[in-house]
Amino acid sequence: MRDFAYLRATSTEAARQAAALPGAMLLAGGTTLIDLAKCGVAEPETLVDITHLEGLDGIAVDERGAMIGALARMGHVADHADIKGRFPAVSEAVWQAASAQIRNMATIGGNLMQRTRCPYFRDPSNFSACNKRQPGSGCSAIGGVTRGHAVLGTSEACIAMYPGDLATALVAFDATVHLGERQLLVDDFFLLPGATPDKEHAIEPGEMITAVEIPASAAARRSTYLKVRDRQSYEFAAASAAVGLELEPDGRTIRDLRVALGGVATKPWRARAVEDALKGKVLEPDAVRAASLLAVEGAVDHGANHYKIELAPRVVARAILTLGEAA
Amino acid sequence: MTTTLPISLTVNGHHHELEVDPRVTLLDLLREQLELTGTKKGCDRGQCGACTVLVDGKRINSCLALAVSHDGAEVLTIEGVAHGEELHPVQAAFIAHDGFQCGFCTPGQIMSTIGLIAEGQAGADPERIREGLSGNICRCAAYSGIVEAVLEAQQQLARTDRRTAA
Repeated sequence: MRDFAYLRATSTEAARQAAALPGAMLLAGGTTLIDLAKCGVAEPETLVDITHLEGLDGIAVDERGAMIGALARMGHVADHADIKGRFPAVSEAVWQAASAQIRNMATIGGNLMQRTRCPYFRDPSNFSACNKRQPGSGCSAIGGVTRGHAVLGTSEACIAMYPGDLATALVAFDATVHLGERQLLVDDFFLLPGATPDKEHAIEPGEMITAVEIPASAAARRSTYLKVRDRQSYEFAAASAAVGLELEPDGRTIRDLRVALGGVATKPWRARAVEDALKGKVLEPDAVRAASLLAVEGAVDHGANHYKIELAPRVVARAILTLGEAA
Repeated sequence: MTTTLPISLTVNGHHHELEVDPRVTLLDLLREQLELTGTKKGCDRGQCGACTVLVDGKRINSCLALAVSHDGAEVLTIEGVAHGEELHPVQAAFIAHDGFQCGFCTPGQIMSTIGLIAEGQAGADPERIREGLSGNICRCAAYSGIVEAVLEAQQQLARTDRRTAA
């Protein structure tokens, strides 16, 4: 690990100012940053430790929604009774992420800044070409082992998959990220790789995530997170879906539907085409399965990750139908 | 030259005033500076769980924790769980149920189990115990013994709690 200066922030303002300096990075739970520093991917000159700041780890839930402080630990969010009650998909996404130890360390703000698990990105000593690490250096994944790479939102510069679970649930329910005074939809916070895969988040120097806000909705209250993976626990998604459902009083017509995909795209992937195809329709298996195919419209595989194009619609359909049965 | 920073840490009930390089993880501090080598370094990337310790009562991967960031914390390691010659009920249960073979992952398994039982989420459901301990890898695959050990330790600790409460 390269040598760095350590600075303990005493206020949010001080943290923002210190983190605006070149080479400075914010340190919260450290589960991504320390890992990447050991891999030689992150090379901070200064670490600005924000874990000692007070008042940023609260979770407040009322009938309007949930406000989760940036320093709330993942484990705390997953176990929170009101998050479980009003946003089950959010709780399920978080407890199916990582391990108990990591959830006790990792924060919600840090989780949104989680980097890709692309093995080429994580291994600079063996793979010098990575446009995400070094713009213009090329992509070692294209033409390499691609089983875990994205099929949606890719570019010629990058096919790295966004690995997180929480943000997939957040984009389904129109959550916003608070960057001090500025607020952004989580969907807009994550950027497509395009020609600049090194820029993953719409956050500017001098900004810091202070909270995540999730508006309440009937669809969020009746929601689930289905994560399919190579092993049952402590594994990233092969494909996952955050789904929320609201039915009309007749109990069978879909009034509102939210669908977002994880494990298959370069960012948390809202599947509005599936939502639009099913809203106003009667919830029945054939229609749901047909509409779920729209989740992977425009998908492009790179060989070994082709299975994701078949798997993702099935995961979406199963999640919707499971919610429909749980009346 | 690297600047060291002063921190204070309570480890297994003992207070320490230390000087640390900011890059030093809690794991390396425990092993190299405090010579508490019971906590193991497996992957050193937060993937195997061998380095699990409790910090302020919660289980974490000490390999991903910078020591300097944990200034003022209370740390419990495998060296601090027994009472003298009397093993912690989780330690005793791991022995009784062959919850290990080579033993390298065992300190982490035991600390993770103590954390899991304290969280009170797993109950008597083996499936939930497996989920709760998925952050601890055992390459000898002693998993079935580990689950039996956790079930027994949990019952043992519940009995002790009832006696203490009565």
